Amino acid sequence: MFFVKAKRILVSGCRSFIRSGFTSIASIFIMVITLFFITSLIFLQATLNYSLSEIKNKVDVTVYLIPGADEEEINNVKDILGKLPEVKEVSYTSEEEALTEFKEKHSNDYLTLQALDELDENPLGASLNIKAKDPSQYENIAKYFESDGTFSSDDLMIIDKIDYSQNKVVIDRLNSIIKGAQKLGFALSVILIIISILITFNTVRLIIYMSRDEIGVMKLVGAEGRYIRGPFIVSGVLVGIISSILTVLIYIPVSIWLGNQATDFIGINLYSYYKSNVLQLFIIMLGSGVAIGIISSVFAIRKFLKK
Amino acid sequence: MIYFNNVTKKYKNSICLDDVCISISQGEFVSIVGHSGAGKTTLTKLILAEEKPTAGSVFFDSVDINKLSHKELIKFRRKVGTVFQDFRLLPNKTVYENIAFAMEALDRDDDDIAEDVPRVLELVGLSSKSNLFPHQLSGGEKQRLAIARAIITQPDLLIADEPTGNLDPSNTDEVVELLKRLNEMGTTIILATHNKSIVDQIKKRVITIEGGRIIRDDKEGKYML
Repeated sequence: MFFVKAKRILVSGCRSFIRSGFTSIASIFIMVITLFFITSLIFLQATLNYSLSEIKNKVDVTVYLIPGADEEEINNVKDILGKLPEVKEVSYTSEEEALTEFKEKHSNDYLTLQALDELDENPLGASLNIKAKDPSQYENIAKYFESDGTFSSDDLMIIDKIDYSQNKVVIDRLNSIIKGAQKLGFALSVILIIISILITFNTVRLIIYMSRDEIGVMKLVGAEGRYIRGPFIVSGVLVGIISSILTVLIYIPVSIWLGNQATDFIGINLYSYYKSNVLQLFIIMLGSGVAIGIISSVFAIRKFLKK
Repeated sequence: MIYFNNVTKKYKNSICLDDVCISISQGEFVSIVGHSGAGKTTLTKLILAEEKPTAGSVFFDSVDINKLSHKELIKFRRKVGTVFQDFRLLPNKTVYENIAFAMEALDRDDDDIAEDVPRVLELVGLSSKSNLFPHQLSGGEKQRLAIARAIITQPDLLIADEPTGNLDPSNTDEVVELLKRLNEMGTTIILATHNKSIVDQIKKRVITIEGGRIIRDDKEGKYML
């Protein structure tokens, strides 16, 4: 009997979905808007995260070494730095490389180059460039250079200066901006998703409210609550499935357009992002669509079944 | 079978039924007559527990139907077939599906449904319209469909509220004959109507209501107002 009942509910739900025509189209329309919204917010988060990681990558701390520092000492300091848990990457720039870079940077500045030529030796020291896993960790890394035992006094001797204190203000401000942007983005997403879910929920409620007489008749002929609820839930699931497929299709031209128009501006090609994540996005849309469809139907019909 | 114990029903300030006592035995055919607004429909709604009495109680087989749990109420309603003035059909289901739904709700198997539905459709003269939707039917056809749905489950009690209201005289006679036959087969029938000719034709018990009160209760009565 279970399978017979399940089949009857399924058939009845599909039939009423098709026969409701305009009402079904209206609920699909609203659901597509909701799913479009949710996907847009995922895109926005992806763009934000990409931009933030780009900015994070631009932040670093440079340890300037005294000219003529011993190669072995330098390697020792580099190894210790590389093993620190906060450090993502350490790169070494030798005295010669520093000089070449300096010359390239000032290739139009004739006076400076002339002054440099006046000197017999290379005045620039080698340097170690440190990238932290997270911008908030630069302060901790800088602290290692204060004599807390991480580096021996010989190691510290070859260090001329660390530019962390000069960059501190910028790094701190960037840190708070990144954290703020992440919090704001998350809060905004949650609020907007809740609003769009509520709109869908109310649409489904309105549609079921229109069927209240029908529910009353079903109750009068002695149908069980499950049997009355079932077809409405099936319709809700159908709305979810069709809407998620439509949303995925709609996003193809949208992401192509965004990829063409906005890649330079936001730094990430949303079409490539969409292409590589389309399956996950579809699963998210399908999951949200079906869940919203089921939950709205169950809640909306509960009121009429209780009476 | 049914017992109204001093039942009063008020809607806000207007009294629809005033201290009504009725007892209906199994197998009876009771016509409830009265002018529009006399309280006939309220009476039928109280029997179905669609409305709760403001005072008093309604008993079905010695059980107070307003004290039934949700599940018990579902089981109770399965014993009662109903035909309403406003048809109350399922608009998104075809004629066939409207009748089949009542059987599906009672967990009848597919073979029974395939066998019984066409038979009932023939009985009410809707065989050729089984694939139409209610909005494609005339008033009389809708009423016949409602009757077909009510009797398909062979209920113990059939409540018919103005079942002939939208039927022409020949269809009316058919419906009355149908009701009488069902009654002969053992179904208790409660017919609420203000159609004098059918009440006189049935020649069974007649309860007359006016202003929410029972003014006559005749064993083999006629329509007298």
